[in-house]
Order: sequence, then structure tokens, then C-alpha cells
Amino acid sequence: MTHPLGKDLLGLEPLTGEQIRLILDTAEPFKEISERAIKKVPTLRGATIVNLFFEASTRTRVSFEFAEKRLSADTVNVAASGSSVSKGETLVDTARNLEAMRIDMVVIRHGASGAARFLAERIESNVINAGDGTHEHPTQGLLDLLTLRDHFGRIDGLKVCIVGDVLHSRVARSNIWGLTKMGAQVAVCGPRSLLPNAIDELGVTVFNRVEDAIEWADALNILRLQLERMTAGYIPSLREYNRVFGVSRERLERAPRDVLILHPGPMNRGVEIDSDVADGPFSVILNQVTNGVAVRMAVLYLLSGGKPELAEAAKRGGGDR
Amino acid sequence: MSRSVLLRGGRVIDPSQSMNDVADVLVVDGKVEAIGTRVSNETSGREGLETIDCTELIVSPGFIDVHCHLREPGREEVETIASGARAAAAGGFTAVCAMPNTDPVTDNQAAVGFILAQSARANAARVYPIGAISVGQRGEALAEFGELVAAGAVAVSDDGRPVASAHLMRTALEYARTFDIPVADHCEEPTLAKGGAMNEGLVSARLGLKGIPAEAEEIMAIRDILLARLTGGHIHLCHMSTRGSVELIRWGKERGINVTAEVCPHHISLTEDAVEGYDTNAKMNPPLRTADDVAALQEAVRDGTIDLIATDHAPHHYDEKEREFADAPNGIIGLETALAVNISWLVAPGIIDLPLLVERMSCAPARVFGLAGGTLRRGSPADVTVFDPDTEWVVDAAQFESKGRNTPYAGRTLQGRAHVTLVGGRIVYRSEG
Repeated sequence: MTHPLGKDLLGLEPLTGEQIRLILDTAEPFKEISERAIKKVPTLRGATIVNLFFEASTRTRVSFEFAEKRLSADTVNVAASGSSVSKGETLVDTARNLEAMRIDMVVIRHGASGAARFLAERIESNVINAGDGTHEHPTQGLLDLLTLRDHFGRIDGLKVCIVGDVLHSRVARSNIWGLTKMGAQVAVCGPRSLLPNAIDELGVTVFNRVEDAIEWADALNILRLQLERMTAGYIPSLREYNRVFGVSRERLERAPRDVLILHPGPMNRGVEIDSDVADGPFSVILNQVTNGVAVRMAVLYLLSGGKPELAEAAKRGGGDR
Repeated sequence: MSRSVLLRGGRVIDPSQSMNDVADVLVVDGKVEAIGTRVSNETSGREGLETIDCTELIVSPGFIDVHCHLREPGREEVETIASGARAAAAGGFTAVCAMPNTDPVTDNQAAVGFILAQSARANAARVYPIGAISVGQRGEALAEFGELVAAGAVAVSDDGRPVASAHLMRTALEYARTFDIPVADHCEEPTLAKGGAMNEGLVSARLGLKGIPAEAEEIMAIRDILLARLTGGHIHLCHMSTRGSVELIRWGKERGINVTAEVCPHHISLTEDAVEGYDTNAKMNPPLRTADDVAALQEAVRDGTIDLIATDHAPHHYDEKEREFADAPNGIIGLETALAVNISWLVAPGIIDLPLLVERMSCAPARVFGLAGGTLRRGSPADVTVFDPDTEWVVDAAQFESKGRNTPYAGRTLQGRAHVTLVGGRIVYRSEG
């Protein structure tokens, strides 16, 4: 059969709304596996997956690893600092050496935009982009979509504003594509120095003031502000960032409706998000983390050749793929 | 017995003498001896005469590339003066100017002499050294222009390491006046361009690559033009890439400021869209811009705001380009595709005609850089290019004389190709076809 997603998952930009819906629908039955006492099905038994992380990551790596293990795949984690990469090996050589060990899939996190695609074009194995530079982080975009759909029952017509450092954010790009393709209205809000100059051409609304964004939105996806943006001169200080763009309870209370709060983590409490918002009643930040495992199981399943209509059976222990 | 070559029956296009007619060109002892319709009859049976049939072909003064990187000394595995000079000849160039960003830098007379010695040995296109503006291209102390010029340098430039200091650029423009050489600048405001990998715009926003705004070039272009006004020096602006730069150059020329400018074939043919898929062969500095910039540059070639076309030939090793986009080096090879790209994107669509192409690729470079060549006048050195403006060919970089393979035109069908290249009357290139 032709694979419903193609060989790789490199971003949400190349996917259709139909393909995104398929992944989200496939994730539904996988959610339940993680709620069991024995969190394991044999779906990917015998498959070898390498988690190739050139950048530090806890959440995404662990989430992928759980997804792989709960599908019974054999997994190996390669961290760049502990590998030959630190000896100056090129990305393509690293990849070819791994593939020479006959692996089935690579999950790659890399600091350079395009690195996942670079790898995918050079090896036979399926490649999943776990974040490439400031380009895309598709499984994060998918888990955000799933979390929104869980809460609102739909994505079509939702007003979602991405708040913060859009310029340097792969999460923002994947969200913009995913949300747009699923029929949501997308806005961004942040200091103009942290928004791409061409942002208007991406088909999103831009808010200069976070108060306006909050008044407009059904949900806010609040991005992490990296400390180095201050030293690089994009913003004057974290304190002022919090004062002008920070999402606080006071600001949310002035909104005409309840605003759902998402954050891809890790959070800087007191910078882009105040603690009483992060821990507040409208925060679904931990639901996002839970959904991350299910979404990644769905992606692994579909890329490995699993039939979408058999995901339910796979959950019950049928190993067909 | 004198060596002589007869180029018979071609269309001779020589803008330096407003010539565009079918004629024969007789070359004797390295010089143009005669041009005319009856030359062939007068020389028939002459001993030692090599006749080349140029029917259906264009015979023009040899092309001159004022901007290329030949990598020797320092990176001989990437290109040598010999391989670069052969690549130039295969592209129809009879002379090229080698930028000084070698290792060591061409900032002294010995380095200039080395390039000339290697060039003589190569026996292909002439290679003229460009000296550095500053010692070590470090942007601090002026290099010894007098020594450089005495040894054979034809211009000065810090090229890839743009002159950030306005004071240094001012001094260079002033000091260069004594030697009557152009100061060539790569216009790039370093703090704006820092870390950039492609044009700043929608494509860079989508691909998540740091962009270089057009203004990074334009700010330095106008700085240089104003410093040329201040000093009366000759500023030559390298590889212009934006509509704004064209407008600034036009502004400067209208005021009689001594500014000249070049554009590269890739900037009049490709846009930032070529970067899609993170193709490192579409990575160069200045970056590929937008369709609007391409249109402005094409028009500027036509109306003369841009004086000449230069390649910025920049070979890189395969491994260096086979990597993550942000980490890959800037630059593409251009010597063996320049003519075809210019014909395909300027002549074929009717933006310029062949005489104007010859002007921009031969006469203007000779004039602007004060070089021999750029003419087929009687008695001038016989640097001649014979090319077919119509033939179509598919770019296969593996066939190139250059050691570089980094071209975004690989696999494309282009129009126009050099057939024979003569340098000083010697045949240094002849196509097999």
C-alpha cells in the first residue's frame, strides 16, 4: 500500500489537512494504551528506531522513547555530545553509519533548519523531524492540535494566537501550518523584533499588544522565551518582556471569554507566563505532554506502514502493519 | 614563419568599433591583423595558416571576468589557477581577475607574482591578480597598493571580508587614485547580515533560515557611493543583488560619481525560491533575491546602470556543500555557465541583444578595470571568443574544467556555448562538438 504520510514526517507544511486529521484520529485509540497498567502493544515489534538528538531535549526525547517502547520497538538513543559527531563527523556520515546497522526509522532533533530533510533525502529509513533549527517541530504542532480538539471538540473556526518569539520558533511554524490547514484562524503576538518581517505574508493576523490578542483568542499558545534573545539584543530585558508580553491572570481576567492556555515547554515562569496561569484552571499544558506520546505513537505507526483503519485493532494487540 | 589563425565566416560582433557583420578575422603573431570580407581570399594558401570555420557562430572580443575565486594558494584541492584558467577558457573567457582571499592573502607583491607565474604556466585564460585593500584582509591597515600594482595587480578588494570601516574605505579610495585602480567592494553591513544564510523574506521565514535583508547591501552601496563622491576615487560595487542597489547606483551615476557595478549571472536568473529544499548550491552571498530584484537587475544591465557581468566563480569541495544549509559555505561556480545563463535569461527573452551582451562581458570589464582586451581592433592582442548563441546543452558539472561541481544549474538546459577561445592568438580552448 502507499503510505498515507509518505516516507517521512518532516513538517506540517507539506501535509494536507486530511493527512493531519488522519494522524489525530489515529492518535485517539493510542491514548488509551498509556492509561493501562501494562502500557505496551506489539505493533512495532522488531522495528529498530534511532533517536538521534543533536540538541539537548528532555521532553521530546522521552516522549518519543515512550511512544516507541509502548509500541514494542527496539530503540537506541544517540546524543550528539556522546557520539562521533563531537569528533567532527558530518551529519551524512553519521546517518549512513546508522543505516548500515539496518535501522528502520530515525527520529532526529538538530539545531540546523532543514537537517531532517537533509537526512531523509539521503537514507532509506523513515525520518521523523523532532525539531530542526527554527524550521518545524511537527509532532509538537500535532499534539497542540490534538489538545485543542480534545478541549473544543473541533479546530475549524477556532481563534488561536501564538505569543512570543515566533522568529526563532519551530513550534510556531508547525502550529501556523497545522492550524491553518485545519481551518483555524491564526494570529501571532510578540515584539516585532521577534516576529519574522514577512509574517503577514504567511496568512496570519499580527497583534502588537498581548491585551488585544487575549481579547481576540479562544486559545493562546505561549512560546518559551530564550534568555539569549536578550543578550542578542532582540529585547531589552526579561523583566520588561514579562511586563509587556507576559500572560498574567490579570490580563486573562479581562478577556470576554475563557482563554485556553497552551505552552510547549519548558516554561520560564514569570517571564512569558505567570505561575498562576500555568497552574490555573484553563491551562492544558500537561494534557499536551500526555497527548504527545499518543501523537508520536500514531506517527510511528503510520510511517511504519500501519493501516489507519487497523489502529484500533493494533491497540488490542493485533500486530498487523 | 609566423603563427596565424583565420577565423572564417563568423558574425563579428565588436562593440568597440560598432561592428556586427559577417567577416573573417586574421590573427598573426598573437595580434589581430585584419578583419574583413575578403581576408579569406587574400590569405588562401598561406603557409602555416590554421583556418577555423566560424559559419553560424559569433566572433567577439574575449570575455573578461573581473570577479572570480581561484583558491590557489591555499585550497588547491578545490581549484587551482590552472584549473580555473582552463575553466575560464572553456567558458569563453580570455581573462579573469582573481580575488585575493586566498591563503595566504594576496596582500603583497610576492603573492601577486606567484599568481602571475602560475597563470603563465597554465597557458589558458589570462589571470590578473586583485590585491587586498587591507593587510590580511583584516580591515585594519592598508596594503601596499603601490607594490601590488607594480607587481601586476589590477584592482584592490577585500571581497569576502567587506570593509566595515568607513574610514578605511575612504582612505583606500583616496590612496588608490595615485595608481588609477578601482576599489572593489562586497557591500555588506556586517551587523545586519550576521548569521544570515539567505535573502530575508517569506521563503526565509518559512524555511526557518536567518535572512539577510536587502538593506544590508544597500546601506553599504550608498556608503561607498558617497565615499567615492567625497574622495573622487573609483568605487566598483561587486555582485549587486537588489533593486534598491540599482536605484542607488543610478543616483550616483546621475551625479557623475565615479561608481561602476557588476552583477552575477545567478542574480539575473534565479530567485530565493531556488533555496527551497535547502539546496546548498543556491547558497551564496549576496543571496538570491526576489523576482522583482531580478527584473530590476536585468533592466540595469540593459540600461547600463550595471556596467558589466562578472561570475563570482566560487568553487567549493563537494563535502563542504553536502551539509546543513546554515553551515554550508557561500558560493557557486560560474565560469562555464555564465555565457549560457546570460544568453538564456537576457538575450533569449529579448532584454538585451548580442552586441550589448558582448559589451557587458568583454568591452566594459576591460574599460572599467583598465585591462587589455575588449576589442578586436587591428593590432590589439588577439583575445577572441567564438561562440554559438543558439545551441542548447544540458549542464553536467562533471564535465567541467573547474574542479568545482557546485552549480544550481546542474541538469538545466541552457542556450549558448563557447566554441573556441583564443588568448594572444593561441587556441586555449576548442569544444569537442
